[in-house]
Amino acid sequence: MSARKPYIRSMDAWWLRDSFFVRYMLREATALFVVAYALVLLAGVVCLARGPTAYQAWLRILATPWSIALHVVLLLVFLYHTWSWFRIMPKTMSLILPSGKHLSPALVTTAGLLAAALLCIGLFLAVRL
Amino acid sequence: MKRSNAPIFWSLFGAGGMLSALIGPVLVLITGIAVPLAWALPGDLLNYEHALAFARHWAGKAFLLAIISLFLWHGVHRIYHSLHDFGVPLGWPAKLSCYGLALAGTIAAGVALLSVGF
Amino acid sequence: MTDEPRKIRIDVLRYRPEQDKEPVWEEFTVPFTDDMSVLQGLQYIKDELDGTLSFRWSCRMAICGSCGMMIGGEPKLGCKTFLRDYYPYGLRVEPLAHFPIERDLVVGVEDFIGKLETITPYLVPREARTLEEGEYLQTPAQLEQFLQFSSCINCMLCYAACPQYGLDPHFTGPGLLALLHRYNADSRDGASAERMQLVHAEEGVWSCTAVGYCSEVCPKGVDPANAVNQNKTASAMDYFLRFVAPKGTDK
Repeated sequence: MSARKPYIRSMDAWWLRDSFFVRYMLREATALFVVAYALVLLAGVVCLARGPTAYQAWLRILATPWSIALHVVLLLVFLYHTWSWFRIMPKTMSLILPSGKHLSPALVTTAGLLAAALLCIGLFLAVRL
Repeated sequence: MKRSNAPIFWSLFGAGGMLSALIGPVLVLITGIAVPLAWALPGDLLNYEHALAFARHWAGKAFLLAIISLFLWHGVHRIYHSLHDFGVPLGWPAKLSCYGLALAGTIAAGVALLSVGF
Repeated sequence: MTDEPRKIRIDVLRYRPEQDKEPVWEEFTVPFTDDMSVLQGLQYIKDELDGTLSFRWSCRMAICGSCGMMIGGEPKLGCKTFLRDYYPYGLRVEPLAHFPIERDLVVGVEDFIGKLETITPYLVPREARTLEEGEYLQTPAQLEQFLQFSSCINCMLCYAACPQYGLDPHFTGPGLLALLHRYNADSRDGASAERMQLVHAEEGVWSCTAVGYCSEVCPKGVDPANAVNQNKTASAMDYFLRFVAPKGTDK
């Protein structure tokens, strides 16, 4: 007759236990905002297909203070997404080259962030012309 | 062990994540802040004529479809897994709601972009 | 000049199945010197204050992997964590998270050990080899491909760190997937295809959501998050190319 009685602890509110987990949840939460922006663009494309009246209504809503405020929030969240995306990217690839040399994760992250910065600036300038 | 079909959704998640990480911020800036406020960009940049011309061009169609669709596939994949993190049981209702939204959005975008013509 | 040793408060989560319905905190006050580890603190408690305190330990030098526990809410090795770093506020010591508690700081490890047996954790020769052929030769570059992942001491801190394992113990988990990768990356081994079957499953890499805490807590620098997530890429490539590439795309 065994005296064992293993006790299993609850996983309730596990992510509040450590700041590492809180940051993880914040990173995951950016998904809601990415979906939100995609839906804003989808609304625009659908309005465009419906005709000038519908499309102008979409443009008018985009110009309201609420929308501007929302997009400022979206911008901050997207910037955090960019940051966290390239921080985790090194984990998804082999960091040991065939030569045996180790690739620095920081190098990969910096390269990614640089690419994002260049593309964003490039796109902005291209649109100005 | 049964092979998972996760690679399909993970790849879409990855593509959308990369795209949104690379150009998401500037798109939000342009469409949601700069143009409505006519800041550093002409306020009529997104007007009907310009938007229609862009959406009628094959490259514009591809771009808009990619952004809308891949952003959605990226987001819903993360949301789906976050539900699991919050203790919500993962089953067909959760899968359908999340991935269904991305599929519906993709189709809606596709239909809209085709109906603006060439 | 006083020689009075400093004292530190250690709160330990106790659990005695024969008398406790659930775990209960117990407070101890332990005299310590700057060179004392948390493990030594526990040993003081057991030797001088309460002989019933149960905990695993062996080498006391961070190589056997026995003394994994939660210290200040973080998965750590008792022998590699020092009391001086928790002075004067004290520290809370609990059994390793995400494992069932057997008694005090001793957790049930059957799940981990059972899974260890399923990952083919040994070299399987690519082709039959005779003694006359001599030993395998490897370049330093070939060694480098898997060396880091061979540092695992099976301490299971990464399992205590991994919320996905905590939420669903069917997940193979960071440490074992890193060990699996160690063998796949070894040029002497030929059982990649077999091991990838486990990787491709939902319980393989696809339960991971890249939290990354496992690599943060690993005391040996194995970086299991990297092992798991680079295998997501490998698994996905194989998923899409398997009908196209002849004889599979696994190494």
